[in-house]
Amino acid sequence: MSRIGIVAERAGETRVAATPDTVTKIRSLGYEVVVERGAGAASSFPDDSYAAQGAQLVDRATAWAADVVLKVVAPTDDEIALLARGSTLVALLSPAQRPELLEALRSRGVTALAMDAVPRISRAQSLDVLSSMANISGYRAVVEAANEFGRFFTGQITAAGKVPPAKVLVAGVGVAGLSAIGTAASLGAIVRATDPRPEVADQVKSVGGEYLPVEVAEQMVSTDGYAKATSEEYDKRAAEIYSEQARDVDIIITTAAIPGRPAPRLLTAADVASMKPGSVIVDLAAASGGNVEGTVAGERVVTSNGVVILGYTDLAGRLPGQASQLYSTNVFNLLKLVTPAKDGALTLDFEDVVQRSITVTRDGETTWPPPPVTVSAAPPTASATPAEPIAPRPGLSNRKKTALVVAGIVALFAVCAFAPPPLPQHFLVLTLSVVVGFYVIGHVAHALHTPLMSVTNAISGIIVVGALVQIVAPSVLVQVLAAVAVLLASINIFGGFAVTRRMLGMFSRGGTK
Amino acid sequence: MSGDVLEIANGVAVAAYVVAALLFILSLAGLSKHETARRGNTFGIVGMAIALAATGWLVVAGLWGQPQSTLGLALLGGAVVVGATIGLWRARVVEMTGMPQLIALFHSFVGLAAVLVGWNGALADTHLAPELVGIHDGEVAIGIFIGAVTFTGSIVAFLKLSARISSKPLMLPGKNALNLGALVVFAGLTAWYVIAPSVGILVAITVLALALGWHLVASIGGGDMPVVVSMLNSYSGWAAAAAGFLLNNDLLIVTGALVGSSGAYLSYIMCKAMNRSFISVIAGGFGIEAPKGGDEETGEHREIDAGAAADMLLNASSVVITPGYGMAVAQAQYPVADLVARLRARGIEVRFGIHPVAGRLPGHMNVLLAEAKVPYDIVLEMDEINDDFASTSVVLVIGANDTVNPAAAEDPGSPIAGMPVLRVWEADNVIVFKRSMASGYAGVANPLFWRDNTQMLFGDAKERVEDIVRELT
Repeated sequence: MSRIGIVAERAGETRVAATPDTVTKIRSLGYEVVVERGAGAASSFPDDSYAAQGAQLVDRATAWAADVVLKVVAPTDDEIALLARGSTLVALLSPAQRPELLEALRSRGVTALAMDAVPRISRAQSLDVLSSMANISGYRAVVEAANEFGRFFTGQITAAGKVPPAKVLVAGVGVAGLSAIGTAASLGAIVRATDPRPEVADQVKSVGGEYLPVEVAEQMVSTDGYAKATSEEYDKRAAEIYSEQARDVDIIITTAAIPGRPAPRLLTAADVASMKPGSVIVDLAAASGGNVEGTVAGERVVTSNGVVILGYTDLAGRLPGQASQLYSTNVFNLLKLVTPAKDGALTLDFEDVVQRSITVTRDGETTWPPPPVTVSAAPPTASATPAEPIAPRPGLSNRKKTALVVAGIVALFAVCAFAPPPLPQHFLVLTLSVVVGFYVIGHVAHALHTPLMSVTNAISGIIVVGALVQIVAPSVLVQVLAAVAVLLASINIFGGFAVTRRMLGMFSRGGTK
Repeated sequence: MSGDVLEIANGVAVAAYVVAALLFILSLAGLSKHETARRGNTFGIVGMAIALAATGWLVVAGLWGQPQSTLGLALLGGAVVVGATIGLWRARVVEMTGMPQLIALFHSFVGLAAVLVGWNGALADTHLAPELVGIHDGEVAIGIFIGAVTFTGSIVAFLKLSARISSKPLMLPGKNALNLGALVVFAGLTAWYVIAPSVGILVAITVLALALGWHLVASIGGGDMPVVVSMLNSYSGWAAAAAGFLLNNDLLIVTGALVGSSGAYLSYIMCKAMNRSFISVIAGGFGIEAPKGGDEETGEHREIDAGAAADMLLNASSVVITPGYGMAVAQAQYPVADLVARLRARGIEVRFGIHPVAGRLPGHMNVLLAEAKVPYDIVLEMDEINDDFASTSVVLVIGANDTVNPAAAEDPGSPIAGMPVLRVWEADNVIVFKRSMASGYAGVANPLFWRDNTQMLFGDAKERVEDIVRELT
């Protein structure tokens, strides 16, 4: 049974890698859990609440020495030195940007799992930290903007005059962008959104925004679920749109980030200068250089014309309880994936594309970058043709139908011509009854299929008539057989009608309730 | 004296049969709509009463003064009383979830009665004109054959539905050849019997038909039972019609044909709902399609607990519940109805979407929901509700699997491709109540379970729904 250590983050990071709830779930996978004292304090999870879920409270060194260490942000060199050789670390590691960190972890002999390297495929969604954190960031970005913005978001008509609604532009429709659009729209603002991928237009609409397309010949189809860099022509047209929008809107939230590269510059200093005083810009890409000229990572900046630019990089951490809860759920889902036997033994399966992708160092080797994973966020161009609609089973062709009908009529004529009475009359009765049966049943409500069946079942007990007629025969054997038939058919008749009655009595209409 | 009475009785019986036949037609017509359904049932009862009374008088009039009268009357009275008691008792105690079994069992009674009537037709002295004897013998053989197939077929359906035997399709090698061969042998035996009647041949026909009926239904999987029950319903009608030919009785022919054709039409509607060939169902070749496409697509599913599900429901503006056989098994209809009532009291729009083949009997779900007092005007058919899923906040899939499988609509290689399904995956959120990740009756993996908007609520459907109801209070 392995021991899992939940360590405290450094000052300034409010999140924690596991909440008390998650501790219970992790223990159900067979692990022993130790928590560094004070780890959850910043997220309002006191030590007692961990102890109550069965975690053992320990000091810093013991927590770091656990077999598996759960953390939010990447460890420093000092912290790496605390890790036991052969242990496993789970954290946000930015493997593409920080080769020196991977090297340090590798030389320490640590198996490192990067929570931010989860491939964007459907079944890995439950461990995708970037999505869950971006969701919070997008929400918080709107809240921060509203805090700085000196006006309502929603339009109102009051006795003291008319208040126009705020106009919000969201650049980049990823998870954070969608969350921001939804939040701003629910506050009543007019929300517009831009993104190089035209397929997001419907998503924007679904959360209450309006999509501004960039009309150029090129169309971007993403194969890995993330946006890519764009062409020159596209950038020129996009820049025009941003300039136009900057003059018009009150709030701009930029979320454009390309994994492993500096953030694209979307708004120039001139665009910012053209905005109305009191406008607010929230730059979610501040950590990787910012989408806006003039953004300072982690800072609030006021330009000379009174525009506030927020470059906070800890937006998710500003909702620590929520962020910790989602992060720890992601971590738990990862643990569940790598503990298939629920026996408290962490086993990595490199055949599984998800586990392969997140493992950045293992057994003294660097395993980053992983082989590329193509995902279904957008269908690959080769197989873009949608599955053909499946045709309903074809009926008989007209010619065959006609042939069958003619054959039937000929057969009937033949039978009636050669069969002695009363056979022809019987056929007439039979045919007419069959047709009547089809017609009376033609429009039966689906809900009544069962009662209908039990009533036809009762009616088919009419066979009792046949048995009754035979009971008069002058042979005891026939009489007894007929009596048995009468008995069976009687069960049918009485039972069938009674059960139908019982069923129909239960159907009631909503209006009377 | 008795001759006159018999003549009058005969005349009255003919008139009574006409009235009874009309009442049966009205009965079936009435059963097509909720508003007239109860009246329809009453028509059926009245029709049956008239037919029985007329026949009873005929029998009594015919027996009067005959040596076998005492035994005949005693048998008649005893059989009717015992039969009626058993029938009424079963009807009163049956659980609504056990309805499919009961109906299948009732079908078998009709089948067996038809066999007995056929045998009696052969054993009794008929005094027929010589040119009619051959036809009579042929009718005996056909009547026994249809009755026996219905009898064993219904027995197998009953055993499968009540889980007394495995519901897996029986896979004999060359099953289609066996079925066809049985038909050919039957035709041959019938011809032989017409030329040279003997009890031995009749026994052979009976045994052959019993075996065929058993094999036909045994080779159909449990998931296709709604069609099978409806098909057996049709067979029992044809058995009655065949007895009518044998006994020269128009009422039997009319009624048998009514039941037979309406049952066949019902089966046909259901086959269309599953995009199956009607012929392959009535021929029992239903379960033969082996799952193809070896590489099973799998994925990660996400779980939800009752508390989170309750929150999701409270925040929803519209909810659709799609029940399946699992709801019947878990007896979850009462807590489901309770949940619906609570959600509706909070102003949330709740409706049911019923797939035509949900459950083990056509309309099975409707009966269960009606039993739990769910108003029938919020219980909608697949076609009525399918376009509304896109604007639905939460869909609760309770014990349904194949009827909500997106593979049917999207994967042309799927064994259930082309079967119309409830498009639940278009809703914002889907919560699937399920005991485990096992696949449904069709044995097909269901990609719905690892869709992004799907969450699984594992456990007994009844307990989980009760948990949600507790969270709501």
